[in-house]
Amino acid sequence: MKSLKNHFSLIIALFTVLFSVQIYVAVDRTIKAYEEHLKNDYSIIVVSNKMLSEAEFKALDNLIERSETIATDQVLERLKGEMSKKNLDLLKVTLPKFYRLYLSRFPTPQEIEKLQKRLQKHSAIERVEGYAQTHDTVYKLMLLFKDVVQIFSIAIAAVTSMLIFKEMRLWQFQHAERMSIMALFGAPVWLRSAVLFRLAIVDAIIATIAVCGAFFIIDQYGWMDKVLQTVGISIELFDFVDDAVRSLVIALGVSIVLTLTIVIGNTEEE
Amino acid sequence: MDKVITAENLSLSYKDFETIISKATFSIDAGSFVFITGASGSGKSTLLKSLYGAIEPQGGQLIVGGVKMNKISTSKLNFLRRHIGIVFQDYKLIKEWTIEKNVMLPLIISGYTKDVSSEQVQKLLGHVKLIHQAGKYPPELSGGEQQRVAMARALAHNPILILADEPTGNLDEYSSEVIWNLLEGANTQLKTTIVVVTHHIPSSINVPYKHFHIEMGTVHEIA
Ligand SMILES: Nc1ncnc2c1ncn2[C@@H]1O[C@H](COP(=O)(O)OP(=O)(O)O)[C@@H](O)[C@H]1O
Ligand SMILES: [Mg+2]
Repeated sequence: MKSLKNHFSLIIALFTVLFSVQIYVAVDRTIKAYEEHLKNDYSIIVVSNKMLSEAEFKALDNLIERSETIATDQVLERLKGEMSKKNLDLLKVTLPKFYRLYLSRFPTPQEIEKLQKRLQKHSAIERVEGYAQTHDTVYKLMLLFKDVVQIFSIAIAAVTSMLIFKEMRLWQFQHAERMSIMALFGAPVWLRSAVLFRLAIVDAIIATIAVCGAFFIIDQYGWMDKVLQTVGISIELFDFVDDAVRSLVIALGVSIVLTLTIVIGNTEEE
Repeated sequence: MDKVITAENLSLSYKDFETIISKATFSIDAGSFVFITGASGSGKSTLLKSLYGAIEPQGGQLIVGGVKMNKISTSKLNFLRRHIGIVFQDYKLIKEWTIEKNVMLPLIISGYTKDVSSEQVQKLLGHVKLIHQAGKYPPELSGGEQQRVAMARALAHNPILILADEPTGNLDEYSSEVIWNLLEGANTQLKTTIVVVTHHIPSSINVPYKHFHIEMGTVHEIA
């Protein structure tokens, strides 16, 4: 377990990288979930002077996923007693049709504008009522947060690369002697560096397990869930299959590249 | 007789530094025991390094075990080294490995099975009187003990050639005796070619030997 102590800083560095990547993924996932949430809430009301089918709406803009007729029967029902059947039928025909349009995804402000213009151009459509407040404050904050996390991740990447580089020099120093002794007895490069690769792989696995553990604890604690529930969404903070695999691939990639650098830098000997 | 080492007009130097060995011509027969002497700094270690390919000939030709050492490829050098056992003045043991594993190194490199290796290691640790230290690490041993480990390692893979650089340079009498006995034993029983750099040829030596002396960059045999 001496090696565990020796490689602590690499594990920490890998953990930091994995953790910040995962945070970035979680933020991205949160925004996607929130967009989905907004999309479900978001609809456009269209007033038309004649019947329009869903296919007709869809042909106007592919952003439109489906349309729903807003029933006017209730209104007419209430007038039943006060109007003659004949007048009522007339009214039924002349009364404009109301539709609610649902979108396939959450639109950007530009898309909304374009969509509204397209709808208004249609000869039968009299009014288009969208919600002006499409990009609400929470959403804007989330986008801002995403930017902040991105900058933060880059900063972390810079710091950890320095840490990894430092660790790399230490490794080079620690393993150079053994590797050169093995070379004196004719060990090929792969055999000389087998220990390094084994350690690199072990470190990557430990870092991945640590990240899984950390997110499991955060998940159990439920703090993130509570925060997200206040804006009406819930996400999977850490997918114990997909995210774990991605973390492992990143950790292995970083540590193997690091090991290769050492091995290539160590080919000359005494 | 077969030659294990043939040098013709061999010149050695470190990069841009002055020449250390110049135009040396000598040969070493298979199965012979050779001493190399010379003043401190005369180039004894440098000559030995050229024999295991740690430095390349700057001029002339050098052939070791049938392999041309000039511009040797890494894979050829690795192959050659798997048939050579080297003993260094500073032991060069792997600190983070046990004594047992250190002795096993050449066997690991040659790809022997665990069973065969373990048996061979036990035998050698017996020869160097270190069975009881097998599980320890090099820094826990005395200098003499460490050199005995190095000696066992050099013999582990039954090399055709053993190169030893002042193996008993600063060892206690007992360890020196163990090492000389093993070198003699390998030479007489296994017909291993032995090349030893030393300050002083031990009077106890019981085998016929050749003696090369290095002086002013030249190598000459002393009859
Ligand atoms: N790595 C090196 N780089 C440059 N010069 C060296 C190196 N190793 C040894 N020398 C020089 O080569 C000469 C011979 O050294 P060496 O072969 O070690 O002598 P010795 O006969 O004592 O073993 C010395 O002058 C030494 O300073
Ligand atoms: Mg020397």
